[in-house]
Amino acid sequence: MSMDNLKISPALEKYMTKEYRDLVERGPYGKQKKVSEMGTFKEIIEEHPMCAGCAMTLFIRLTMIGLPNPEHTILVGTAGCGRLALSQTSIPFIYGNYGDTNAVASGLKRGLEMRFPEQPKDVVVMAGDGGLADIGFSTVLHSWFRKEKFTTIMLDNEVYGNTGGQESGMTERGAILKMAPKGKKYEKMDMLGLAKTANVPYIVRMTVTNPTRVASVVRKAVLIAREIGPTFIQAYTSCNIEYAIPTPKVIDDAKSLEAERYGFQEFISDEAKAFLESIEPKKAKATKSTED
Amino acid sequence: MSEGAGVEVKPSSAGAGVVKDSETSEATRQKVVTPEYMFFEAPRERAFITGSEAAKEAIRRANVDVAISYPITPQSETMQQVGALWAEGYVKEYYRGEEEIGVMSAIAGSSRAGARSLTATAGPGLMRGMEVVASWPGGRMPIVLLIMCRVINAPLSIQPDNAELAYLINTGNIVFHAENQQDFFDYTLKAFIISERPEVTLPVAVAVDGFFVTHARGYVMMPSKDIKLPPRDPYHEAVPVMDNENPPARLSRDAPIQKSNFISYHVHASWQQEVWAAVERSRKYIDMYMGGLVEIVNPDAETIVIASGSAVSQSREAVRQAEEDLGERIGLIKIRSLRPFPTKELRDACKNAKRIIVPEFNCVGWLYRDIAAALYGHSKAEIIPGPRVFGGISLPTEMILQYIFPDKKFVF
Repeated sequence: MSMDNLKISPALEKYMTKEYRDLVERGPYGKQKKVSEMGTFKEIIEEHPMCAGCAMTLFIRLTMIGLPNPEHTILVGTAGCGRLALSQTSIPFIYGNYGDTNAVASGLKRGLEMRFPEQPKDVVVMAGDGGLADIGFSTVLHSWFRKEKFTTIMLDNEVYGNTGGQESGMTERGAILKMAPKGKKYEKMDMLGLAKTANVPYIVRMTVTNPTRVASVVRKAVLIAREIGPTFIQAYTSCNIEYAIPTPKVIDDAKSLEAERYGFQEFISDEAKAFLESIEPKKAKATKSTED
Repeated sequence: MSEGAGVEVKPSSAGAGVVKDSETSEATRQKVVTPEYMFFEAPRERAFITGSEAAKEAIRRANVDVAISYPITPQSETMQQVGALWAEGYVKEYYRGEEEIGVMSAIAGSSRAGARSLTATAGPGLMRGMEVVASWPGGRMPIVLLIMCRVINAPLSIQPDNAELAYLINTGNIVFHAENQQDFFDYTLKAFIISERPEVTLPVAVAVDGFFVTHARGYVMMPSKDIKLPPRDPYHEAVPVMDNENPPARLSRDAPIQKSNFISYHVHASWQQEVWAAVERSRKYIDMYMGGLVEIVNPDAETIVIASGSAVSQSREAVRQAEEDLGERIGLIKIRSLRPFPTKELRDACKNAKRIIVPEFNCVGWLYRDIAAALYGHSKAEIIPGPRVFGGISLPTEMILQYIFPDKKFVF
């Protein structure tokens, strides 16, 4: 039914823009596109008002490629830079109130499951470190403890980028930012550890340096969330403006942080692993608590 | 999730015991009837129940999909009763949320999923969730919110006081104020239907005064529990639901709406105007289903008492005493709907009034302000702010009589 919504009424075909026709004819709907195919298909997001060189934008683009079922996916976000791009995707996007993402997603997912017991509807939360670890902390943690079946993706730029560079709970200790003029006095919050405490069955820490891996992790996270329970991806998506990273050096910065303190980590529960193997016997090779 | 009829155990707080097979099958046997049959034609039987039980019985017949709860006095009993309904299969989905911001947000999510959605709160809970509640109308979300009014200010108190409604009535939510257990039953059922009308598509809050109504018994005429309202039809509403089965609403799609420029100001302004226009469009359904925004007793009287909620019950009794004991006919206007506000109705009814008395269960006098604003330039009556009680104090009829007859001396 949703694919029918996307299709153009024959009488209107000649009036629809090239971009829209491309989306219908060469979009990722109904087929799993690969990162290596970028440039050969119409992406779910192309135009956006994000800053030049923004790592978060790249991450969001890759996320959209990883979605296993974009025509049945609903995105949920909150205030922050990410929503400027998310609202431009050709996927329904709920831009709610401050820090409400995981509560909205809980009600949304349960309502959709009730209305469409036969058709999986994927709910994906994408919000910043401030939105999820600070103001949305309670709804995030409770959604995990309640085992709500959706994916939470934290776009962790370690700062309140959209409001102009204030320190957040996910900022590194010592960083000098607005509202922390003497340098942040406390450690970066351990959201991965909290996810483990809440028994989240799939937890990943990553950066944008390996595009194929981003799409693959997102795909796994969404599939596991559909069947097993909440999944969490914490992605370093630097703010090149507030951290004064020269635009051409954004990926270099991600690489050096990856080597220093933001290495790829993937935790998968036995149940989630068995589930992935059951649907994709050859591909599933997730490792337990790998760090590199 | 969605365990529906298969659940075995009731939440312990709703009364211990295992749900019997006969109870779950009763839920599945419920027959869908038209709203008109439910409201006007179905035979009713009298029960002597509390306000919380009246709410429960309304929800049993309301075909609710998703109910999300969080305890707060004096509301807790209602939502735990709804939990019992879920266990019996009358409500399809139910859980206890983390706190009110979480609950009000989750209910927004389930409403956007196209599910008929319900929650309830009281005083501080409403204030905590207010950021979210104030955003529902702009999202054009049909939701029913029950409010059991309670003190919101310090020192902390669980007592009845409806100051919280001063905030709620300015959010674009439709707001009804129930006088008693019967109203609470009827308004709650009717709220679902009004909320989901295509030209309305707005949340409806049904408020009652805590304890006075929620914890006290009254007579309620109810149709059989074998019937229920028709389900929500989310494809016939003002804004499409976010279920990926129809083109979604792009409330936040276009960058101009989120930026500071003239297009964004105009988009936002027209959206707000449309929300309030939709509030006004609910009038015809309030007239049709609830007998109008107001109830008027003794319309020709020179002195009129105007009230909402349980202040109406006390005023009704004061009006009876004035006539029977003092031989004076006093008018009474009960305001059923605070939003939309019965401006025209009040102007018509108060044309010849000389004195208007506005008793309230709060310190700030929000109803007095609304009435004074509505009647300014349309009535020569002196509008008297009060009597007011708050913080849990009850409103003796003598206090109202003292305002009606300032030259007499009443003891209270």
